[in-house]
Amino acid sequence: MAATEKRKAKTGNLRIYLTGVGGQGTLVASRMLGEAALAAGFNPMVSETHGMAQRGGVVVSTVVLGDLKSPSISPAEADIVLGFEVLEAFRALNHCHPASLVIANTAAIVPYPVAIGKAQYPSVDKMCRRLAEHVGKLLAFDASDLARQAGSTLAVNMVLLGALAATDSLPFPAEVILAVVRSRTKEKFLASNLQAFDLGAAAARDSGNWQPRAGD
Amino acid sequence: MGNEAIVRGALEAGVALVTTYPGTPASEIGDRCYDIARQTDLQFEFSTNEKVALEVAAGAAACGWRVLCAMKHVGLNVAADTLMTLAYVGVKGGMVIVSADDPSLFSSQNEQDNRYYAKMAGLPMLEPATPEEAKEMTLAAFALSEELKLPVLLRTTTRVNHTRGAVRLGKLAPAPKPGRFSKDPFRQVMVPAVARQAHARLLKAEDRARNLAAVSPFNEISGAGTWGIVTSGVSSTYVADALAELGLTDKVRLLKLGFTHPLPQDLLTDFLGPLDKVLVVEELEPYLEEGLQAVAQAHGLIAVIRGKGPELFSRLYEYHPALVRQIIARFFQVPYEAPAVLAPEVILEHLLPDRPPNLCPGCPHRATYYAVKIALKELGVEGVFPTDIGCYTLGFLPPLSMADLFICMGSSISIAAGISRATGQQVVAFIGDSTFFHAGLPALTNAVHNRHDFFLVILDNGTTAMTGSQPHPGVSLAPPGYPGVHVPLDRVVKALGVDQLWVTDPFKYKASLAATKEALGAKGVRVLISQAPCHLYQQRLTGKKRQARFQVVESCGECRHCLENFCCPAMYLDSAQADHVMIDPDLCSGCAFCVQWCENIQPVKKLAVSSEQ
Repeated sequence: MAATEKRKAKTGNLRIYLTGVGGQGTLVASRMLGEAALAAGFNPMVSETHGMAQRGGVVVSTVVLGDLKSPSISPAEADIVLGFEVLEAFRALNHCHPASLVIANTAAIVPYPVAIGKAQYPSVDKMCRRLAEHVGKLLAFDASDLARQAGSTLAVNMVLLGALAATDSLPFPAEVILAVVRSRTKEKFLASNLQAFDLGAAAARDSGNWQPRAGD
Repeated sequence: MGNEAIVRGALEAGVALVTTYPGTPASEIGDRCYDIARQTDLQFEFSTNEKVALEVAAGAAACGWRVLCAMKHVGLNVAADTLMTLAYVGVKGGMVIVSADDPSLFSSQNEQDNRYYAKMAGLPMLEPATPEEAKEMTLAAFALSEELKLPVLLRTTTRVNHTRGAVRLGKLAPAPKPGRFSKDPFRQVMVPAVARQAHARLLKAEDRARNLAAVSPFNEISGAGTWGIVTSGVSSTYVADALAELGLTDKVRLLKLGFTHPLPQDLLTDFLGPLDKVLVVEELEPYLEEGLQAVAQAHGLIAVIRGKGPELFSRLYEYHPALVRQIIARFFQVPYEAPAVLAPEVILEHLLPDRPPNLCPGCPHRATYYAVKIALKELGVEGVFPTDIGCYTLGFLPPLSMADLFICMGSSISIAAGISRATGQQVVAFIGDSTFFHAGLPALTNAVHNRHDFFLVILDNGTTAMTGSQPHPGVSLAPPGYPGVHVPLDRVVKALGVDQLWVTDPFKYKASLAATKEALGAKGVRVLISQAPCHLYQQRLTGKKRQARFQVVESCGECRHCLENFCCPAMYLDSAQADHVMIDPDLCSGCAFCVQWCENIQPVKKLAVSSEQ
């Protein structure tokens, strides 16, 4: 763990892995993160999944910052995982290393084989516990609920961006992301997006959402 | 995005015409050009298929226009007939053909390596590694094309097409002037006598291209030592990171190739000269590896040149940074400890359920599949289902299981003909509207002419949904202001000689089932056009959402007919209610289809009332 931290500190490289279900807005989130990094003077690369997989399947995108040239992220090499859905966050454990930060939406979206009784959805509590045991830090909360409170179930991506910005793990301040959110959101959705971003940030400041707890 | 960078490069080069048939991972090239063409003088078209797209572009390039033609890798198979002889004819205005390959098959039926097309056709090829290079190489490709009077292949992979990164913008070129065709039949009409000379001209041009490749800034040697690495495309980014991370940057002589056909032999011999061990890092086929080995053999160079092999790189799938790092370390025997990869299922002691993609709630294809399924069941006949390319291919997944054989665009129809002739079984083929116009017309004409016997269902949702809802000749859902002329599908089918034709709305279950049964009971070529708009795209275009919702009533038993035969993603078993089937109101699209065949599903009245507001 120490070696990874050291390498990260030395090079300033940061690999962010976003995973969720088609329609959850992972691509929008990764683009906004990339644009924010660019505005903050970094040379980011954002890589996306398109096409057939988007129809209700798993959608992965990556944001890479620093001196890296590779746009993609290998297993065991994501510094940050943004899990838009808890099962997909857990599936991404193979992309985590012992110092990774995982931010997971604990709300489940049931895959079709589970919905029709052909497969079983694992226990959310157990997935969170096991995640926490194997990564550096886990921030887990119901981002879908917060998005609903902000007025749109589609704002889960804003909640997670807000949470990420509030963790201090990015090399630029939350304000840079907020500026991108403001410029890239349609007037109609701006208020709910900004509120979702704030609710996400508040969730990240709530030590009860962290495992191990922040400051421990 | 890499695709946007290609468009930008073309605009800076003064491209006058862009043609395409949409296909992931190239689709955004056409989408952006369509938008730009609505606001500028740029000529753009969604052509009916890649062959047509390439020929329209070739015609304009013959008149001095700069043209770009974009397609996914398998699209170049469709256009290959044109490509091979277009190389003989050549171009007057610069022509760039984008071939977007798809290692790992994110959205394709194969992962062929299209670099061999450049070799087979004798055409120059550029391979960008990043969005920035995609822009620069597109710009340079137009000049190269005009210098050699040959089309240039810009070969990308998904990871380049769909990566976003910073791109330095240059100046946009002024609007192009009208072209002019000048007659020169003894150079441009490829009868044997002319083509013999044209082939000789092509080989000379290929030699000139080889000389240009030797001095191209896209082919770059760096580093020093007796170890060498040769790489191209996105793999070169993994190599750069790996060398830095392994501390090898100064110990390895690196050749990064961007101009990859013809291979610059002089440059390669210079590069190989001092080396005794060379690793070739390229995704898919050993294209560079074979080229290097041939050069080394011809010049008596004894360096060990390796790329693919059991302990080295695979010919399968995309690479990634850690894989490249590990194989470089292994090949040069430098110390490296690969990071431990956690196994989620082992850690959880629980299988993680798959999340297969599925047809959307409210998708008309599902309603069509349901009618065919039930019709066959009621008639007591087993159906064989050749299918085709589009969203509906997802119908192959159980429990829907509505696909048995599938190869490429348009194959459903002729495959159906072959199966029914060989077996006499009841064959029901499925093809989408866009795919039908792309490659279905000759197949259906053949079926009529040769008296084949099968039932063809054309799934007509009015758009090319899978690739992002691009219009096609039969389009019924087009973006506002789309200038294309509507070519009615039913009239086309009739004109091809099909006498037994039904046109139904799949959401009108009784009529759809009756027509399907009638068609199944008949002989010869039978066609049913199942016509209803893509729900998702219609909603996006109109901004209107259906408010009606439906729910399963308490008396529902345990028949599970809906889950096993209809498979709507809005339906689920509620474990909190003893596995009672429920409909998720957030996912339900209000299509009102299931309510037509199950008495245990009813409209939710309250929601229906609020829709009036």
